[in-house]
Amino acid sequence: MNYKTDMARVKGLGTAKEGTHEWWIGRLTSAALIPLTLCFLWKVAPLIGGTHAELLTAFQSPFTAITTILFIMIAFIHLAGGLQEVIVDYVHGKAMLVVLLVSTKLACWGMGFAGAFAVAKLAFGA
Amino acid sequence: MADVNRGKRPLSPHISIYRTEINMITSILNRITGAGMMLAAVLIVWWLLAAATSETYFDFVNGILTSWLGLIIMFGSLWALWFHFLGGLRHLVMDFGYGYELKSVDFWGWAIVALSFVLTAASIYCLAVN
Repeated sequence: MNYKTDMARVKGLGTAKEGTHEWWIGRLTSAALIPLTLCFLWKVAPLIGGTHAELLTAFQSPFTAITTILFIMIAFIHLAGGLQEVIVDYVHGKAMLVVLLVSTKLACWGMGFAGAFAVAKLAFGA
Repeated sequence: MADVNRGKRPLSPHISIYRTEINMITSILNRITGAGMMLAAVLIVWWLLAAATSETYFDFVNGILTSWLGLIIMFGSLWALWFHFLGGLRHLVMDFGYGYELKSVDFWGWAIVALSFVLTAASIYCLAVN
């Protein structure tokens, strides 16, 4: 017998146990990614297929380095949130759910940090 | 009592019941393009790490990204990026309560599909002349 009221039972709980927090982070990061994505397409995408020297020169610009670091970190936070949303929708079973949520989040943080570090190293002189 | 009927409630009709509409397609495509760009994101980070490691390693990864398979992934992800970008913009507008009329749902559904291809073509052109 559960004596809790309906409100007490659901308060603060969603599948992700965080209420609307994840939704809000999704909106916030998507707003930040509008200008950052355009900067990335403008400054970094043309470097793919280019030479190492061109890339080193490009990242000497603080604007390029800073917007790229922000783009990578915020894109991976956005990706982590999006993947969590997909996982809680489609994956059933507690163990699999926890394994996937933990591994995708850690992988996203790791990739985001690695990308940001690489750009910082290039900007400060590889 | 809270849960007298739990598990025995009637179910609402699920997606297989409805005629396919453009907003169903754009909705699931936003999710697919978002998750799909994971691959390109990992490749770009690898590419940047290689550049920060050495010129030889950079040339190796740069070669992989510009191989035929790499280019398919890169250009596919470019389209995915534009689609997700436009879909995301539309979601942000809809979060403010605009664009829910049936006419604008249909119009903007088709518009972001068309615009995603136009912007992909335009950015490939810009990259090519660069």
